[in-house]
Amino acid sequence: MTEIVLKQGAEAKLYIGNYNGTICLVKERFVKNYRLPELDKTLSKQRIKAEQKSAKRCKDCGIKAPKIFHADFKERKVYMEYFDKAITVKDYIIEIQKDEEQIKLICQRIGNVVGKMHENNIIHGDLTTSNMLIDKNENDYELIMIDFGLSSYSTSNEDKGVDLYVLERALISTHSNLPQLFDEIIVHYKESYQASDETIKRFEEVRARGRKRTMIG
Amino acid sequence: MVIAIGFEGSANKIGIGIIRDGEVLANVRKTYITPPGSGFLPKETAEHHRNQVLGLIREALDVSKIYPNEIDVVCYTKGPGMAPPLLAVAIVARTIAQLWNKPILGVNHCIGHIEMGRLITGAQNPTVLYVSGGNTQVIAYSNKRYRIFGETIDIAIGNCLDRFARVIKISNDPSPGYNIEQLAKKGKKYYTLPYAVKGMDVSFSGILSEIGRKALPQKATKKRKLDQEDVNELPSHEDLCYSLQETIFAMLVEITERAMAHCGSNEVLIVGGVGCNERLQEMMGIMCEERGAKLFATDERFCIDNGIMIAHAGYEMFRTGTRMKWNDATITQRFRTDEVEINWEVGKV
Repeated sequence: MTEIVLKQGAEAKLYIGNYNGTICLVKERFVKNYRLPELDKTLSKQRIKAEQKSAKRCKDCGIKAPKIFHADFKERKVYMEYFDKAITVKDYIIEIQKDEEQIKLICQRIGNVVGKMHENNIIHGDLTTSNMLIDKNENDYELIMIDFGLSSYSTSNEDKGVDLYVLERALISTHSNLPQLFDEIIVHYKESYQASDETIKRFEEVRARGRKRTMIG
Repeated sequence: MVIAIGFEGSANKIGIGIIRDGEVLANVRKTYITPPGSGFLPKETAEHHRNQVLGLIREALDVSKIYPNEIDVVCYTKGPGMAPPLLAVAIVARTIAQLWNKPILGVNHCIGHIEMGRLITGAQNPTVLYVSGGNTQVIAYSNKRYRIFGETIDIAIGNCLDRFARVIKISNDPSPGYNIEQLAKKGKKYYTLPYAVKGMDVSFSGILSEIGRKALPQKATKKRKLDQEDVNELPSHEDLCYSLQETIFAMLVEITERAMAHCGSNEVLIVGGVGCNERLQEMMGIMCEERGAKLFATDERFCIDNGIMIAHAGYEMFRTGTRMKWNDATITQRFRTDEVEINWEVGKV
């Protein structure tokens, strides 16, 4: 079967495959020759495991994420559910950037989902608008979280704070023309996450650490 | 034709450079080296710079065969850096600018590194990895700013290396990082360390704690029990340096590659003191080769803090019309790379 490569990122390529007769998405992680083989193997395994576990955890607490069919550690492949009509939130925001109502709605969805993840101690590890999908063919849409390679399970406010910090930085660099996004997201983040005050306090510390750091040239 | 003189002294190096339209005429430097097991402290570093600066000015003028009246602009590091050494050097720059009756320009240290790297290597619009004792950033140019895509969320990579060198008490001459690199070349066994990539950011503090514990298990905190492995065999310094470098450099290459994929860039430029590490350059080279990109790196003359990079960035600012009032010729410990508006052309954007 010839594979149709959908996307080739820094770490993996995505293509349409087949798992027991079902059309699925295959994510194949590259061997990175710049790092030691033992380190590369460990990381690849860790990330495939994280991908499996966190996607399942998300689904268990009602967050939409791809169903993982199978993970092949030797071939470095993960077979998962394919959302053929979905687009990334990144592209969607660019499309609707002038529509204030729509922007508010998407921020609400992002805030709610990220809050719910943290409520359930799921740390995404790479929160960007490229790692969120929506299926906007329906009248309403639900956010689909993807790419859990850097994710982990943690109850610590530090880890959650860093997760928010990564999201803030990603929004600044990807959607620099829409500076209101992050604050809007945080409003809705608080709605779906009970202990959000403590996490946000820690997030502010993480951010201050970043600003303070440029001490020595 | 513009001739610029640059003064750098934000950390333990004091450097003076003279440049004429991109041509290096002089680049002289002195480093404050402390005994093994200790780092450089602000007050002593400033004192070192004060003692060296006049001799270096003489040397730079002699090497370049330039007379003070030929110089068009005096540039100095405004920040970021340690306040006392920055101040010591800024005062000298202000004084000679007044004496010679020349305009003065304060330069962002990080911009100095990037512009000098571009000048020396010819990189057009690269993804920049800026790695030094105080900074770890992945930077790309867009819309008149050098924007930070990824950075450390705690300590800088060079700080991690310097502090580990202090733990195992290896020499700071010529630099702790250089000596770690030499030891690492003899290392064979890889000890697993934490690997901390968060989005496009990295973290080194946990790695530093862990490798410190591996190096000196007897000093490990009482709270934490020793692994049996720790007690049975003490890892050699060579193996520890090797494991440390392999881990933290892999993290850097990974976030650089992510930034490249993000920006669709096919050039990488490594700048900053840690950038002259040959293993880091080798690893980055492999990554670039695999994705059909090009790597640009410089050697210790331009990677490690120097005066010429300040002169060159100042020259770019001066020729594109930036001027500074005497009242603004101050210093600042905190001065982020993305605060500076870039008025000169960077690549074909």
